[in-house]
Order: sequence, then structure tokens, then C-alpha cells
Amino acid sequence: MPAPLDIAGFSVLLLLVLAVAAPLLRSVRTLQITLAFSLAAVASMAAVVAGGMTVADGSVASAAMTLGIPGLPFHLRLDPLAGFFLVVIGLMGFFVSIYSIGYVKGYGGQRSMTQMICFYTLFLAGMLLVVLADDAYFFLVAWELMAAASYFLVMYEDEKGENRRAAFLYLLIAHVGALAILLAFGVMAGQSGRPVFDGYTFDAMRTAQLTPGWAAAAFFLAFFGFAAKAGVIPLHVWLPEAHPVAPSNISALMSGVMLKTSIYGICRFAFDFIKIFPWWWGGIVLVLGLISAVMGVLYALMQHDLKRLLAYHSVENIGIILIGLGLSMIFAAFHLPTLAALALVAALYHTLNHAVFKGLLFMGAGAVLHATHERNMEEMGGLIHRMPWTAPLFLVGCVSISALPPFNGFVSEWLTFQAFLLSPSLPHPLLKLLIPLGAAMLALTGALAAACFVKVFGVVFLGQWRGHQKPERIHEVGPSMRAGMLLASISCLLLGIFPTWVIGWLDTIPEQLCGGRLAESAGKFGWMWLTPIAHGRASYSGPMVFIGILAVVAVTWLLLHAHATSSRRVPVWDCGFARLTPRMQYTASAFSMPIRRVLGFLFAVREQVEVVPHTNHPSLPGSLQYRLRIRDRFWNWLYVPQGDAAYWIARQVGRLQQGRIQIYLLYSFVTLIVLLVFLG
Amino acid sequence: MSLHPFVIELLQFALLLGLAPAFAGWVKVLKCRVQGRTAPGILQPYRDIRRLFGKDIVLAENASWLFRFTPYLTFGVTAIAAGIIPLISVDLPLSATADVIALVMLFGIVRFFTALAGMDIGTAFGGMGSSREMTIASLAEPAMLMAIFTVSLASNSTSLTQMVSVMAHSEFVIRPSLAFALAAFILIALAETGRIPVDNPATHLELTMIHEAMILEYSGRHLALIEWAGMMKLTLFFALGIAAFCPWGIATGGDTGLLLLAFVALSAKLVVGACVMVLIETGLAKLRIFRLPEFLGSAFLLATLGMIAFFILE
Repeated sequence: MPAPLDIAGFSVLLLLVLAVAAPLLRSVRTLQITLAFSLAAVASMAAVVAGGMTVADGSVASAAMTLGIPGLPFHLRLDPLAGFFLVVIGLMGFFVSIYSIGYVKGYGGQRSMTQMICFYTLFLAGMLLVVLADDAYFFLVAWELMAAASYFLVMYEDEKGENRRAAFLYLLIAHVGALAILLAFGVMAGQSGRPVFDGYTFDAMRTAQLTPGWAAAAFFLAFFGFAAKAGVIPLHVWLPEAHPVAPSNISALMSGVMLKTSIYGICRFAFDFIKIFPWWWGGIVLVLGLISAVMGVLYALMQHDLKRLLAYHSVENIGIILIGLGLSMIFAAFHLPTLAALALVAALYHTLNHAVFKGLLFMGAGAVLHATHERNMEEMGGLIHRMPWTAPLFLVGCVSISALPPFNGFVSEWLTFQAFLLSPSLPHPLLKLLIPLGAAMLALTGALAAACFVKVFGVVFLGQWRGHQKPERIHEVGPSMRAGMLLASISCLLLGIFPTWVIGWLDTIPEQLCGGRLAESAGKFGWMWLTPIAHGRASYSGPMVFIGILAVVAVTWLLLHAHATSSRRVPVWDCGFARLTPRMQYTASAFSMPIRRVLGFLFAVREQVEVVPHTNHPSLPGSLQYRLRIRDRFWNWLYVPQGDAAYWIARQVGRLQQGRIQIYLLYSFVTLIVLLVFLG
Repeated sequence: MSLHPFVIELLQFALLLGLAPAFAGWVKVLKCRVQGRTAPGILQPYRDIRRLFGKDIVLAENASWLFRFTPYLTFGVTAIAAGIIPLISVDLPLSATADVIALVMLFGIVRFFTALAGMDIGTAFGGMGSSREMTIASLAEPAMLMAIFTVSLASNSTSLTQMVSVMAHSEFVIRPSLAFALAAFILIALAETGRIPVDNPATHLELTMIHEAMILEYSGRHLALIEWAGMMKLTLFFALGIAAFCPWGIATGGDTGLLLLAFVALSAKLVVGACVMVLIETGLAKLRIFRLPEFLGSAFLLATLGMIAFFILE
């Protein structure tokens, strides 16, 4: 059996070869697509194997390549933390690659397939390299590869102005983030006390002795950079713009996987490089996580663009992951390794879960888009009849993200709740009191997410078709897209039913990062019972819930169908009105109206109702127009002033440009004089 | 004579399935008496369920599989919850399946699918019910969790059997934290089970319906299952309250005599509990839906006060 690092290397190489070789096959499009995405799936599976093995046996392997800049060759390292993220990336890469075979064919003839394949494989390779990199330089190269490839993928349908704007915004914030990460590395390297280039290896950063002030500077610079990539509020604005306009397979990867690389970065900085930190770092991470979770889900509820809504849910779920990380940091700062391990496992588990179910949901949204050419939920409805495969698979994603048992989202949120409930063991009286309020906010988030996904599934798949085109023209998507979604749904279920195995597998990560183990207590009563801390404390059994519900449902069904009464189909009861139309159904905006009323003060909501009188009877209303505009408040608070300031400065600087050659010659002359005076 | 835990488990299932309609009937009888109406008798819910099981199903043309699947799921999940909450004994093999948080989420499944079923036909009523139900649920959930959290602080556990054992073996003292938590729990239970002042279970007036609006399109055995599950849910919320706040009398093992005693104690508590609820329901008017945030907000506040009281006083 080859070493995990070799397998991971093979995976990356295969992806890079694909990127180079794809143009050669451009004359035979079907073959090109099938071959490229199948091989990308193989490469992803290889990454899963490599990562899975590393996490399972807790091994650490590293290598230095002959590539790189003089004095600083590229370093690679595969430890359990990196291995776990390899699994996340690889697993979703596998599902999405299979899905892409069918999805990309939908662009047939309209667009260059070569471009899609090149950037897709580079994107995957970039993400894998981010996780594998073991020095700052290589890390940033990989980070930029990932950002640039995804920028071109967001721009894929570049004839639309909206897409170009979204991609630019994405690139801008990604680079502000990258700059902050670069500075963080600079701080770490400067403080490591090693010669210039040597300080940029991650090994030097692990052993660096930082003063508390510099450590905080490094961590928060890095946190800012990673938060910009992850879409933590208030740095989230690019996310709901870029994710919807990208092709759906790319949205699935960006939302499910790319955001997770920043979780990786935060873990790496906090638990691997700096290791010893005060509790308030965790406190800040926790608070930002809570804000992102609650605000993310509230913004999601207000959307009626399906993919935009899902993008806001990514903000929410990144928040939930950060909640786990923040708690873990707080527990670690107070030297409670087992509790820190519990919270860290909750965060990592949610990372994996979110990748799977969000990938599934974006693939489902892609299938709907593929079939209806529509992203606006107000124009959909009743698709459960037209898309008998997509509907139940999408439903699995909805149930998972709403944190309902026995699916996977529930397990990680439950673990996060358990971590919250252990806060009374903290020695800090104020924290004891305040942290449980966070648990209430997490509960609010979960319940709002459930409301949001009732809305999504109810409006898109249930009821009657609301759109203008004929519903008969909508057809189920092809086998490869169904297969991608099916595999992701099965993973959702398995991750929900067998948490003890997953936690047992994950155990090497908390052991190496915060010195605590969980698997022993979590699986003490066998694989069926998940008991994170102790049996008397809390327990959950995914298999029992699943089998129990299934059994009772089956028995009830059989008993009732032994002597079944007949059932007949009749037209919908219309209260005697006799002309029920699909426009009379509840819409997405109507569904979220009560929540908009209750929590609307958090948004910039503008509602306008205009009644146009009847032409013949002016006292009667003829038609009614309802306009609703919901703005992200952060946009006006944070981004518009900055943009205005940038414009203002640019205009002031622009005064230098007179457009006359004499003036420019004068500038050169003055510069020369100044340089001579000061440097001479 | 001592019973095997699995026998107790089965007994508990049978108890809940069999007695939930009687409890619902009892609530109805009490309510009629208090409001000066003639009561239909405590057995009326049984007759209703039997009648519905015997009837044909009338399905809307565009009802999907989800619409037909939901009643079975609702019934199944509620029945599973019945095996988890300790009613007469803490010696339940299934109770480790889910702790309180997971239990709340189990009820979440019921709500999620009922709300979806409400939107399946595509009438305005169903959507209205679903929208309101999910709004109320999302406001009630944080308060519910805070109440649970306060109770679990005392026993250091969210596992129900553990909470019950700790409470049942402690001396009876009035703890301020639990008093606050109980008040919060009562408010939330009213919201979660759809009683006045949040929702009116007896109404079919279009503008005030919430839960009834979602299940308006159901008939025949589907409706019977949903109604039966609703009665079980009502009983289970009482049982949950009893288990969390006053479990005294519950059996710790499988001794038949103690089980019988526990059953008598449970029945007595249910009878008294129903009186309290009927008094609340009769004394209050239904709230406007946009007044509910204040109602549920006060529940949240009470639960938070309970927790603060625990940390400061206990």
C-alpha cells in the first residue's frame, strides 16, 4: 500500500495533468467531458483514501519538493487535520465530479468545455494543495490558485454584467483576505527567530515563541483573512453574489468545500501554530459565529432566489462551525482538554456534514435550474410531480440542514449543544452565565433554518406550478446528476446514523490539537449509542431513531392496509369559489412574512403597496402591485462608505493628471530633485 | 414480581397509545364543564378515531406521495417519543435513544413534515398554516432550550431518565430556578401543542387557524393518524413536564406494585395538569399572531431568569 502522502500527491498530479490535457480533446466534446470528470472523480477518491488513512492512524508525513524559490522549496505535510480536510474536499469532489458529467453537458455547444474543465480541475487541485502545503509561500500559491480558478468559474457565464460584477467583488474580498493572511504569516515568520526564508516554513511557526501581543496580531490577521474567505458576517457580502451566478456544480464545491479551507486555516493557526492563547480569542470567534449563524439564516429566509438563499445558508453554517471552534478554544484556554475535544469534534463534524448536505442542496438547485431554467422560487412549484428523483433527494438535504434526526446535520448540532451545556464547568463565573445564551441563539438558528427549508421545499417542489412556461416541458435530470445527488444523500444518512464510527475515526485530530480524546467515552456503549461525555450525561442513538421510526411507520402502514378503506382523487376544495389558480398559493415572500414582521428591524426592508383603481368603477380596486425590497444592512454600513471613500481619494489623486506633457515632465523633474536631495 | 425492562417499555407504548385519547377526552370534558357546555363524554376521541378509520379517503388531485406519507411519519415519530419519556418507570431500555434535546428535535420532524404537507396541495390555507406554525416554532425553540438547560443544570444531564432519577430522589424544596423554568415550560408547551392563547384547536375559522389549517385537506385514516398523534403529543408534553419538574412516585425498577403506584400517580398528575391547562385556556383569549413574539419572549425571559437564579442562588 503506498503512503498516504504519495496517494495525495497522485491525486493532485492527476488533476493538474487533466487541466493541461483537457484542451487536446476539445474536438470530441462528449468524450472530453466524460473522461475529464470521471478522472477528476478518481483523483478525488484518491484524496479521500489518503486523508482517511491519515486520520485513522494519526500518522504525520512530510516532504520537501525540488520546486519552489531558492532557499525555500515547497514543503508538503499530511497530518490528521490536513487529512480530514482532504476527505472533505475529496468526498465532495467525487460527488460533484460525477454530477458534473451530466450537468456540464447542459451547456453543450454554448460555451467552451475546455475552460470549464481546466479551471474545475485547477480549482480542486488548488484546494487540495492549500491543505497539504507546509510553508507560507506554497500555502499562498495554492490559496491564490484556488481563488483565481474559482474566479474564472464564477465568471463562466461572463456575458451577463451581473456575473462579472459578482466575480469582481469576490476577487476583491478574496484578495483583501489573502493580504491579511500574508501579513499574519509575516508576523509569525518575523517572530520565529529563524533566518529569513526558514521562518516561513510551518515548522518554524509551530516552534515560534510569540509574545502575547504578536500572537494576537498574527491570529486575528489570519482570522480576518480566513473569515473573508469563509463569508463570516460582516465579510459575507461576496458570497450571496458569487455563489448564485456560478454554474451549480461550482456553487456546490465553493459553498460545500472552498469555504472549509478557511476553517482549516483557523484550526491550523489557533491549535497548531499558536497553541496557547487566552480565552477571549475563543470568545470573539464564538460571538462572530453566533452573529453569522443567526443573521445568515435570517437573510436566507428573506430570499426568493433559490441559489442565493442557499448561499446565505452557507454563512449560517460557517457560523455554526465557528461556534464549535470558539467553544473549543475557550475550553482549551481553560485547560479542559476533553471538553475542547468535544467542541472541536462538533465543529469538524459539522464541517463534513455541511459539505455533504450543502453540496447536495446546490446540486439539487442545479437540477431544478437545469430543468426549469429558473432560479426565482416564485416561478416554481409542484416539481415533485415532474422530478420524482430530485425531489426526495433534495428533501434529504433539507431535512439534514434543518438539523432533524436521524440525518447528519442533527448529530453535529447536537454535539455543539452538548458542548454549550458543559459551559458550567468553566471556572469563569460570567462565562458560565453568558455562554448558555449562545445555545439559545443556536436553537433559534436551527428552528429558523427548518422554517426556511419548509419554505424552500414547499414552494419549489410542492403545490402547483407557478411559472409561465408549460410545466409539461419540465423533465427529470439525467442519470449522472441523479447519481451525484443520490450518493450525497446516502452520505447524509450514513453520517447521521453512525456518528460513533465517525467520531472514532476523527479522534486523532483532537488528540493532536488539544490533547483530549473523545472516542473512548463517546463509543463506550457500542456503536449504536453516542455518549459524548458520559452515559448519564446525554446519549443519542441514530440507528435506533432510524429503525424505530421506520418500523412503526411500516407496521402502521401494513395494519391500515390490511383492510384498507378506498381512497379517491377529487379536485381541490375551492370553498365554492370555483376558480382556484396557482397564483393564489402562498409564495416564498408570503411564507416568510410573519418572520419579516417580527424580526424585520434587522434588515432594511421597504414594502410598497400600490392599488390601481378599476377603470369602470373607480371606487373598486382594479389591480394591486406589491413591491418588496430587502437590503443587506452591512452593505450600506460598511461597504458603501468604503467605496465612496476610495472614489473620493481616487478623484483627489486624479487631479494630478492634467493631460499635458509639460506638467508630467515637471513631475519627473521634481521627483528627480527630491531624490537627489534626500538620497544623495 | 418484577417485570423485564422490555416489558415495561411495551407497557409504556400501550399506555400512551391507549390512554392519550382518554386524556384528550378528559381535557375536552373539563373544558366544556368550565365553559358551561354539555360535554361529549370522555370516550368521544376514541369514537372519533374509530369513525375516521372507517371512512374513505378523499385526496386532492395533485396530492403527492409526501402528503400520504406524512400521517404515518407523524404517528411513527410520536410513538417513538413515547418510548423515550419515562412515564411510569425510569428503567427504560429505549430512553437512551434520545436525550431531551434530541426529543425536542423529534417533535421538530413532526412539525417539519406537517408543514410540508400543508403546502402540498397548493391552497392558501395550507401555506398560511405552515408559515405561521414554523414562525411560532422558531420563536418557541430558544425558550424551550433555555428551560431544558435550566432543569438539566440541577441534574448535570440532559438524559431524561437521569433527570428524573435525580429529581425523584431529591427532597422536595422549592427551587427558584425550577419555578421559573416551569413557568417558561408551561408557556412553551401551550405554544407547541397549539392551545389557547397561541392557537385554538377547536377552530375552523380561516383567519385564526394554525395547526388545523395545515391538516385541512386530510381525511379518513390519514386524519385519524394525525389526530391520534396530536393527542399523544399533548399527553407527552404533559409527561415531559411531569418528568422534568415533579417526577415523584415514578418507579425506579420493574416491581409490579410500584409500577401500579406510579401509574396511579401519573394519572393523578395528568388529571390535575389538565385542570390547570383548562383554566388557562378558559381564562385567556387567543392572542393575535403578532402578539405572540411577546408571549414567547416572556417565556424565554423566564427561562433565562431561572438559569441566572440557578447560578446566583444555588
